[in-house]
Amino acid sequence: MRTFGKWLFVVAILITSPARAALDIVITEGVDAARPIAIMPFVWEGQGQMPQQLSEVVMSDLKRSGTFSPLNVLSLPQQGLSDVADFKGRDWSGVDSEALLVGHVKPYGNDQYQVKFQLIDLIKSQLPQQGATPSPQSLLLDQSEVLISASQFRSYAHMISNRVYEKLTGIKGAFLTRIAYIVVDRSQDKPYHLMIADYDGYNETMLVKSDEPLMSPVWSPNGRKLAYVTFENRKSQIVIQDIFTQQRQVVTNYPGINGAPAWSPDGKTLAITLSKDGQPDIYLLDIATKHLRRLTNHYSIDTEPSWFPDGKSIVFTSERGGRPQIYQMNIQSGKVRRLTFDGEWNLGGSVTPDGKAIVFVNRTNNRFHIARMDLDTRFLQILTSTTLDESPSIAPNGTMVIYGTVYQGKQVLAAVSMDGRFKARLPAGQGEVKSPSWSPFL
Amino acid sequence: MDLNKLLKAMLVALPVLAISACSSTSTESTQGNGSNGTEVSNGGVETGSATVIKTPEEIRAEKEAELRKDNVIYFDFDNSQIKAAFAENLRAHGNYLLEHPNVKVMIEGHTDERGTPEYNIALGERRAKAVQKFLQNMGVQASQMTVVSYGEEKPANPGHTEAAFAQNRRAVLVY
Repeated sequence: MRTFGKWLFVVAILITSPARAALDIVITEGVDAARPIAIMPFVWEGQGQMPQQLSEVVMSDLKRSGTFSPLNVLSLPQQGLSDVADFKGRDWSGVDSEALLVGHVKPYGNDQYQVKFQLIDLIKSQLPQQGATPSPQSLLLDQSEVLISASQFRSYAHMISNRVYEKLTGIKGAFLTRIAYIVVDRSQDKPYHLMIADYDGYNETMLVKSDEPLMSPVWSPNGRKLAYVTFENRKSQIVIQDIFTQQRQVVTNYPGINGAPAWSPDGKTLAITLSKDGQPDIYLLDIATKHLRRLTNHYSIDTEPSWFPDGKSIVFTSERGGRPQIYQMNIQSGKVRRLTFDGEWNLGGSVTPDGKAIVFVNRTNNRFHIARMDLDTRFLQILTSTTLDESPSIAPNGTMVIYGTVYQGKQVLAAVSMDGRFKARLPAGQGEVKSPSWSPFL
Repeated sequence: MDLNKLLKAMLVALPVLAISACSSTSTESTQGNGSNGTEVSNGGVETGSATVIKTPEEIRAEKEAELRKDNVIYFDFDNSQIKAAFAENLRAHGNYLLEHPNVKVMIEGHTDERGTPEYNIALGERRAKAVQKFLQNMGVQASQMTVVSYGEEKPANPGHTEAAFAQNRRAVLVY
């Protein structure tokens, strides 16, 4: 108790104040394979400056998805278009794009703005006409009109991206999500920082600053809380922190390792690693009652649990076969089976949101890369070609993986699409950036 | 805790007392010469001092004190075996702990950054426990030792080269 008090002061929980965005995404591979899309700058129907150009945010979102490649605005045949009523189909016949996004922003007084967008079907507009020409309204894939304040522009732009993405791909967009990560800046007297930011690096906020390491942040299924590991008391402890109220609760403080927290899909249980009984094993912690249930009991290392979306089984890393490999355990029966066999090591696995594949760190010829394995076919694909890759975290729509890597002698975050074709890097500002965790849909 | 502090204080104080005792003797003799008022020339007289005869115990204690200054031992990649080169060093720490049952030591386990952070926490603990086991086999009490693994989180060398990795795969004894 005395030591606890002694070390309490080393951790400062900070009032959520936006910091300079440390993340600036550089797409390194995969633009060629993307689908062209036409995005018209939203037309401002007010005096002076528009608070923010929404279409620029949408363009960046769609580009970063790896699925779309926005066309150069100046190459578009019509300019200043904001409504399908003014759309001249014949002008667009030569444009290589499946859809066109247009919109306008109109001030409504008292920090309120009317934002309207329309997604026009360019393929339908170019089909050979039979009989009467189609009405402009029949060309709309989607449209919406809302009243928002200036501070909501960025998040509403992500909302538009979500709708465009879902309309055109059938997959839910993950543009309204956040990431949590650790920054280690050894030039500061409290070098370890737990940060959150929008998925694109904007609105970066520091949640915790500590003298001692912080590790393994992971989002609760409702996106309100983070579980993570802290060493602020010169030992590992698992903490749950509310990202809005800053309320902070130590949930495990056992001797030895307290690590690798993973929320169950219903948010009631944490799968964790403890070594209190001798060696690292997986336990289930009931968050409300603190009741502990031991899942694995093996003399070798068992760690890094991750849940299947149905909450009935977990994957975890185990050395029971001699080298770290990924295993699956049914929680009710306790039955364990080995999933990975290729490569020297496979570890740090997580299950895709559809439950059909796992993403993990693969070591082959002493190189560490992010890999994906289909659980039915057991086909293993190496997704990355960067250096010392670790800590993969999957976007909630299953299309992208964010992970930690080393670039030019520094730890940075990078992203790769689930098919390995699109690759991007998120360069750090100050310090080393690691342990990314992608939030659920917000 | 207080006894522990007292012991530490004595360890520092004893040699200081010994040194001051020596110097005061020499001062007295100079004063003695001066009070006689006669200049004593160095008339072919040479003085010699006897070498302090150290017991084997003392010799060992000195050597081990020297060894204990080194509180880091290094490991091979993905390995927690204590290399023969570090056994002598660890034995020095062990003997010290045996002779000072009130002294407590924190054994930190560290890894390089290859692999995943949580796997490395487990590997770091295995290294720290290998050191704990070594000391325990010498008879050091479990209550004197605590183990903490920092995995790859606190590198001694923040670089990302093989040379840095070798410096980071370590156990550190912190008194």
